[in-house]
Amino acid sequence: MDEARVIPLHGRENGDRPARRSAPRRGTTPKAEASIHPLHNSDTDSEAADLPATPVSAVPAWDRRIADGLAFLRRRLAGDYAIDDFGFDPDLTENVIIPLLKPLYDQWFRVEVNGVENLPTDGGALLVANHAGGLWALDSAMTAVAVHDHTGDGDEPGRYLRMLGADLLFTAPGIGTLARKAGATLACNPDAERLLRGGELVGVWPEGYKGIGKPFRDRYQLQRFGRGGFVHAALRTGAPIIPVSIVGSEEIHPVLANVKTLARVLNLPYFPLTPTFPWLGPLGLVPLPSKWYIEFGEPIHTSPYGAESADDPVVLFDITDRVRETIQSTLYRLLVQRRSVWR
Amino acid sequence: MSSVVLITGVSRYLGARLAALLAADSSIERVIGVDATALYQADLLHLGRTEYVRADIRNPLIAKVLAQARVDTVVHAAMGTIRGAGGRAPTKDLNLVGTMQLLAACQRSESVSRVVVKSTTAVYGSGPRDPAAFTEEMAAAGQPRGGYARDAVEVEDYVRGFMRRRPDIAVSILRFASLIGPTIDSPLTRYLAMPIVPTSLGFDPRLQLLHESDAVEVLRLATIDNHPGVYNVAGDGVVYLSQAVRRAGRFRLPVPAAAISLVGGIVRNSGVIEFSAEQASFLNFGRVVDTSRLRAEFGYTPRLSTEQALRSYLDGRSATDEVA
Repeated sequence: MDEARVIPLHGRENGDRPARRSAPRRGTTPKAEASIHPLHNSDTDSEAADLPATPVSAVPAWDRRIADGLAFLRRRLAGDYAIDDFGFDPDLTENVIIPLLKPLYDQWFRVEVNGVENLPTDGGALLVANHAGGLWALDSAMTAVAVHDHTGDGDEPGRYLRMLGADLLFTAPGIGTLARKAGATLACNPDAERLLRGGELVGVWPEGYKGIGKPFRDRYQLQRFGRGGFVHAALRTGAPIIPVSIVGSEEIHPVLANVKTLARVLNLPYFPLTPTFPWLGPLGLVPLPSKWYIEFGEPIHTSPYGAESADDPVVLFDITDRVRETIQSTLYRLLVQRRSVWR
Repeated sequence: MSSVVLITGVSRYLGARLAALLAADSSIERVIGVDATALYQADLLHLGRTEYVRADIRNPLIAKVLAQARVDTVVHAAMGTIRGAGGRAPTKDLNLVGTMQLLAACQRSESVSRVVVKSTTAVYGSGPRDPAAFTEEMAAAGQPRGGYARDAVEVEDYVRGFMRRRPDIAVSILRFASLIGPTIDSPLTRYLAMPIVPTSLGFDPRLQLLHESDAVEVLRLATIDNHPGVYNVAGDGVVYLSQAVRRAGRFRLPVPAAAISLVGGIVRNSGVIEFSAEQASFLNFGRVVDTSRLRAEFGYTPRLSTEQALRSYLDGRSATDEVA
């Protein structure tokens, strides 16, 4: 940061710390309302009679869980589930992947989310976020959980974030297939446009390897934002861009050094040395329990520019810069507001 | 209005089914089936009034057939996935030299006005850098390595050259996805018929299937009317290989990628399926194509989705199992 820049240190509300406020879950309010039933109302008597005699909560939760689990196992063993053209497996994501990530999200990183009102309830949108992590790009997984958590409505499952990943991810055995099943696909314009046209929420981390591999001293300094390919896809499809700022993710694996020779030998974009990796072996892969904040910013609408402006580099760079600036300034604001890395 | 149709590869499933359908169509004057291999008597009965010419399309004789019968529509369905008895080299020779000879004959012909070429979605290759779905304009991210896919790419190159030289002839290139169905013998049906299915450890390819009846119908529509252009032909939807194997009630044997060519060698030597480098990478990444052009421009929507095609194959198989 060579130039002085005025960064709003406080949120829109004066003195209030938006980062501290955990946004209310959408599911809670309608549920509470639904439980109030007029018991003696002649007009709705027939409807009331259709309601089950015991409230749903009276059915033993474990009983239901076992039944659901068995039904899930049966589906999996018979191959009786549907996937989409990208290989996204909602059955596996809803029942296995998200429940596995949930403890990491709730207990380990204690993610606090702001600006969920900026997430559209339907239609396509492109979520652009800062990327870090050193070893694991856990920020993408945590953003996906946050989106799923805060777009659901009662029993309705939330929306899935369709992540765009680097080709290296899909070359890797195991993890690449899992990522595809969890909704990821290759970060390329045809895929991004196809997803956005299909009305999906698409997540992109334009810093790429430069982001996850950046040294610890550069934390929260946004790296180059690719060539603006993500803006191109948003312009072509008229989808809004939602800047996402993630704080906490850049401390989970402090990258102290990058062994370039080893990276070249192993054909990796970088080979990080962290305080724990590779010294502690597999234990070094455990992320540090930093406290996370994810803020979904106000959407930047691309439809006014028109699809043909996708080929205008000036518009492209302009929007890219705007998105980058928004994320960077939000990061600084959140950093100033947080009490410590761990709490 | 097409009247005289010449079909290459009439001994193979698609060629034979197409010939039988056209022979039953009274608006078609003559159906000529060409193949280098002998047809079984039973096949001949199915083909109805199809005239069978036992000829190698690598032989200039094919030009004489075209001229004498005044053929106006040529359907090149001979491109084979399953290698013949002679091994890989003769298959390649047949695919490439055969196509060259056939196109050369068409180029000199005055009667031919329509050429239909059966190709495959394997021309897009298969790899980690692939987009989720290929459209017809996209090229393979990496040149397909060897095998049938390489042949198909070269055959399409010849066809494009032919299109430049004879722009007056309507040429359709039909890129079929993996064929499956109760009666067809394809690499995939052979693969899924194995009691234990070797798969690539840590990978689960996306499969997109095309039912045999849809493949034949698209070929027939392209034969009776002009549909110039390149079309991806595949059923709706996608299944993972793991899903397909589970639905088939088979067991998977995940093999590390390094060992897959070794297993491939064993499988190859047993003569079950051809297992080239291209198929090994297909087992890792699979392939999905976009079929919107087929629907919008060709005007055909496959009747069976990928899942239904798989179901049809599995039902057909269990029926034959019971008979046996």
